[in-house]
Amino acid sequence: MKLGLTFPLPKELIREFAAKVDKLFVIEELDPFMEEQILAMGIAVEGKNKLPVIGELDLNIVREALLGDSPDDMKFSVKEPIPARPPSLCPGCSHRGVFYALKKLKLTVTGDIGCYTLGALPPLEAMDTCLCMGASVGFSEGMEKTEGEELQGKVVGVIGDSTFFHSGITGLIDIFYNQSNAKLIILDNQITAMTGHQEHPGSGLNLRREPTNRVDIEKLVRAIGIERIVKINPYDLKETIDTIKEEMQVDGPSVMIADAPCVIRERKVFTKPYYVIADKCTKCGMCDKVGCSAIEKDEDGKTKINPLLCIGCDICRQVCRFDAIIRPADN
Amino acid sequence: MGIDKFLINEEQPVINIVMSGVGGQGVLVASDILTMAALNAGLDTKKSEVHGMAQRGGSVVSQIRIGEKIYSPLIAKGTADILIAFEKLEAVRYLEMLKPGGVVVVNDQQITPLTVYFANIPYPEDVEAICRRRAGEFIAIEGIQIAEDLGNTRVLNSIMLGALSSFLNIKKDDWTKAIEQRVPPKTIPLNIKAFEAGAKISEKVT
Repeated sequence: MKLGLTFPLPKELIREFAAKVDKLFVIEELDPFMEEQILAMGIAVEGKNKLPVIGELDLNIVREALLGDSPDDMKFSVKEPIPARPPSLCPGCSHRGVFYALKKLKLTVTGDIGCYTLGALPPLEAMDTCLCMGASVGFSEGMEKTEGEELQGKVVGVIGDSTFFHSGITGLIDIFYNQSNAKLIILDNQITAMTGHQEHPGSGLNLRREPTNRVDIEKLVRAIGIERIVKINPYDLKETIDTIKEEMQVDGPSVMIADAPCVIRERKVFTKPYYVIADKCTKCGMCDKVGCSAIEKDEDGKTKINPLLCIGCDICRQVCRFDAIIRPADN
Repeated sequence: MGIDKFLINEEQPVINIVMSGVGGQGVLVASDILTMAALNAGLDTKKSEVHGMAQRGGSVVSQIRIGEKIYSPLIAKGTADILIAFEKLEAVRYLEMLKPGGVVVVNDQQITPLTVYFANIPYPEDVEAICRRRAGEFIAIEGIQIAEDLGNTRVLNSIMLGALSSFLNIKKDDWTKAIEQRVPPKTIPLNIKAFEAGAKISEKVT
């Protein structure tokens, strides 16, 4: 029996089904939610005595838990190590420039929940904390308050637009109210990107994708009382680095808004794919540091750009010291 | 010739297909088209996708089951009839899903993940040899070359679907209709051409 509704549990259906079988198992992920309710109904049932309480279930886990073992045909595995292909910021992602700048400036970064949490992974590695939605704001304020001079001008929070609407505003109010010097970067890509592009109060559309009132982040921050608000174009690395550096030194709170829409949502293509002049590439590895999956290596270890993935965001060209990465002329 | 088409009958009521690749290659659109083609053919189908956080650049896999009646969308390890991989490493990664003697269709392209550079785990050298330990049939498709010849590398997924189509008992019309239902209208003729190019390569073995 497959249940579509688990709360409230369709007790009569379960009772009828249980009466027809010799032994009843509940197969559910995580906690024994249905199992306990069915036990409480006075029906003998098993489940979590065999199945794991953590992680996702698959057919092989269920099979081995209930039947003891899987046939040999199901036990094949490749002997060689298989390099993982972890998620990374998309080629052309508007977050890349900000994290590159944060790493370059060696700041302590309090992070949050969203696509941009990927900024914590190598090679960007520019996120030091990540707890829950909104924690970036509270953490940066707390660290700035408790660590005193040691961390003055060195801690910055990063939070996405939808996470900011969800639970970043309250923390920002506290920064203002408690006279903190904390700095915050709002990565405003104008959508809830990570979970599949859901609309939010700043996107201008409702859940049915119809036009609706739009909350302006800048006006909202200003209304709290914070006066120092600057916009960043994250595709201009020099501007991004210089702006963050400058804002870190100001007395009082500063909110930097990296203002660029999600390229996947917009299906954005800046230019035709970039390419590399192999003779100019010295294999210095600078372009590897932007952590873009469109950057690959040829047989000689020189950089090449995957034309299927590159959308021409220009970040890698800006870090190449040898002008080896070329923006195509015919845009 | 080599192997027969997979027929849905009493002997084999369900066909299990694992489709894998790298984010951005069009795996999920291809798996949509495959399930639509199966529905157009009057079959039951279920699919289940794992695409994680990375819409592009990460490992992507879709499990598709097709038959007269499908109950579960998931495929057990070692029971996939066909593994169709848009990238060579992603064939190796999901090879454990394939049944002994199953079919591997792979796009002969290497997209090196960053972990090869950062974690020093080598990219597998002979993907065909590894796959043949398990597979009864291995077909490599020069997908990128074909797509470039057609003038757009983004039709790789239609080429791969064409290559897959030779193994399935789904009529051309049902495929064409599915492509029309799913791809941007302007690109329909090109995608159908790409599909035909892919089918031409794999029909030699069926």
